[in-house]
Amino acid sequence: MSGLLRALLMASLMFAGTIQAQAIDPLPFQSHAQEVRFQNLTKQLRCLVCQNENLADSNAELARDLRLEVFKLMQQGQTDAQIKQYLVARYSNFVLYDPPLEPGTWLLWFGPALILLAGAGVVLVAVRKRRRGGAAIEVPTDNGDDW
Amino acid sequence: MSRLLPFFGFVLLVALFGFGIWWNTQHDPNEVPSPLINLPAPAFVLPTLDDPAHTISKASLLGKPYVLNVFASWCIACGEEHPTLMADGNELGIPLIGYNYKDAPEDAKTWLNTHGNPYAMVITDRAGRTAIDFGVYGAPESFLVDAKGIIRYKHIGPFTPQIIARELKPAIAELLKEAP
Repeated sequence: MSGLLRALLMASLMFAGTIQAQAIDPLPFQSHAQEVRFQNLTKQLRCLVCQNENLADSNAELARDLRLEVFKLMQQGQTDAQIKQYLVARYSNFVLYDPPLEPGTWLLWFGPALILLAGAGVVLVAVRKRRRGGAAIEVPTDNGDDW
Repeated sequence: MSRLLPFFGFVLLVALFGFGIWWNTQHDPNEVPSPLINLPAPAFVLPTLDDPAHTISKASLLGKPYVLNVFASWCIACGEEHPTLMADGNELGIPLIGYNYKDAPEDAKTWLNTHGNPYAMVITDRAGRTAIDFGVYGAPESFLVDAKGIIRYKHIGPFTPQIIARELKPAIAELLKEAP
């Protein structure tokens, strides 16, 4: 295999990875750091059309438009927080995969802990009852029923 | 009594699941509530479908409430909604303005010629850039904008005669009551 062919093969192999990572549009980033920042940010944002996908992975047309918007805002020197705010102002907290802690999301954040506590409470009561009751627990007498 | 406890637990779970199913028939779980309700509509300048050289801006529409209906010829749900707009669009008491979203003007014109045109005027946003400011994420979507340019109501998805009667018309009536 000639050197040129080998180099070409190497190059295509190297690209195979990146093509998969950013399936869609090659954007003219100023630096690699900015590209990494872009990838990180769009991974934290939710695609509104296909809501189980993030902006980075989605092929939806709106997702592409919003990626372009994020890219433009980045070129204007906006911070990640500013860009998120820009999107939240238009699409509500729904676009954030990590919703902020505020009265409207308390149930979301603390609900699982509450349910866990409630479960622990039930277990505690049951265990106590059983311990206190000691022998008082009805021992099922074998009356021939298999169930 | 304590033997019945698991049964009550089961009934509770059934009730919870039943409520979940009922809730999802009443609400679209994919609906993203707009944060723009009761906030000024974004400023826009968009060409009309009839004459691309002629533009309509938010400022030029101030002073009178209107309903902005986002539609596209490629949008299947818009086709479902269309007969409703044809029937009720004229009876709203305020203009129904079409917002042609990411559509080729020729396609939009053909579509309106074929199915009828319920709009007082149609503005076009081919790139979909202004639609982002409106928080549009699909079509059809509809905005009720008051005389001061404030978004008062938004409906996501196709209008049905029921939704127009139950939500849109009362919202319009309230606007007209405020500003004579």
